[in-house]
Amino acid sequence: MERTSANGPVIDFRRVAYRLPNGQPLLQDLSLQVQHGETLVFLGRSGSGKTTTLKLINRLLIPSSGEVRVNGALTAESDVIRLRRGIGYVIQDVGLFPHFTVERNIGVVPRIEGWPAQQIQQRVKELLHLVGLDPNVTSRYPHQLSGGQRQRVGVARALAADPAILLMDEPFGALDALTRDQLQREFLSLQQRLKKTVVFVTHDLREAMLLGSRIALMESGRLLTVLSPPDFLRSNDPLAAAYVQAFGEGLDSVANRGTS
Amino acid sequence: MNFLHFFLQHHEEILELTLEHLWLVGVSTLLAVLIGIPLGIVSAHWPVWNKPVLGTANIIQTVPSLALFGFLLPVPWIGARADRLAILALTLYALLPVIRNTYTGIRGVDASVVEAGRGMGLTDRQLLFQVELPLAMSVILSGIRVAVVVSVGLATIAAAIGAGGLGEFIFRGLAMVNNQLILAGAIPAAIMALSADFGLGLLERRLRTR
Repeated sequence: MERTSANGPVIDFRRVAYRLPNGQPLLQDLSLQVQHGETLVFLGRSGSGKTTTLKLINRLLIPSSGEVRVNGALTAESDVIRLRRGIGYVIQDVGLFPHFTVERNIGVVPRIEGWPAQQIQQRVKELLHLVGLDPNVTSRYPHQLSGGQRQRVGVARALAADPAILLMDEPFGALDALTRDQLQREFLSLQQRLKKTVVFVTHDLREAMLLGSRIALMESGRLLTVLSPPDFLRSNDPLAAAYVQAFGEGLDSVANRGTS
Repeated sequence: MNFLHFFLQHHEEILELTLEHLWLVGVSTLLAVLIGIPLGIVSAHWPVWNKPVLGTANIIQTVPSLALFGFLLPVPWIGARADRLAILALTLYALLPVIRNTYTGIRGVDASVVEAGRGMGLTDRQLLFQVELPLAMSVILSGIRVAVVVSVGLATIAAAIGAGGLGEFIFRGLAMVNNQLILAGAIPAAIMALSADFGLGLLERRLRTR
């Protein structure tokens, strides 16, 4: 996607609120800018509004008030199909098309964009290499893959048309600890090479610290604070401190149970 | 065996009425599919339409078949010819399973798959034809299968209004208290229903393995 304003934020929330049709507020008064090439992580518990925020970016949801701009253009006024095809989208349940092979799954956007078959095939091969998958999985169906492989395909699919923005909604949340750790590290090195603008949603502080250039802490539909990972550890914000305590002391206290 | 003898003797008429029967079932099923699938899609995508559409189809289903033939008799153009009338009545009966299964099939598509597709920038049309319908196809097909099997049986009643088909034998047999005549209608109809059930079932299973 072309960047219309050269040095402005890639994603810009201005006093954004989102309410359900029945009036229940899910997100209130959010103002935040995401800069080119950074990984902004929304951290919060379920129901804090982080997924809602993500969906406002690719217009799966439309703000009830305020405005969301992507590359300077109001999402509410832009061509929604073009907007979405310029943004990679990865979700926890992956959402691979079960009736398509891995190759077709990865090639969905290039195909509807009318790329020639040869070029799609080439791109699929590149992407499989990029996300660390064996090239012989191309003809398999999603149900024949492991959870980790499926999420790799999900990431490859999101990157297929080389979008400048990547939205990731707890992409590694459903994986076992070892696979998750591996994918997080691979994603980190991938991101260092690709320099996408990434918006990442998680409830895992460890993941947020590892992947984020900034951490946006959410609670009950409000943005509490935005901090760099080192600042987050030193923060006086009670919720931030609670996170640090839960994750920092979690392992020790579990390991020592009953002994003290 | 005089029953076999009877079959052989009347094989031309049996064949003719079987073809008539096939025609009634085939045309009405085709119409039910052409009308029912779009209605099923509409009720799955716009919940407002769900109740009126499925409700109406349900009500039609509860009208006794003979009575439905009677109700349709005064309708212009339709009532003018017995086969039109029979086809319309059979179509109306076949609608419910087709609509209901299209609805169920589409609603049953994994929400994350639809969300991922939408988030990637598939248009509604692309989502429908490339994702929702292919994934719902085995469920839709099982609805069509029910519709066909029911239609084969119901179409025998069409003979009561002179639309032909295998019901001719059955009604004649009933009037003459002749079991051989009844069987001459019932056996081909049963074979037709069973083969449709088997063939469509096979297709359905092949689609489901994906």
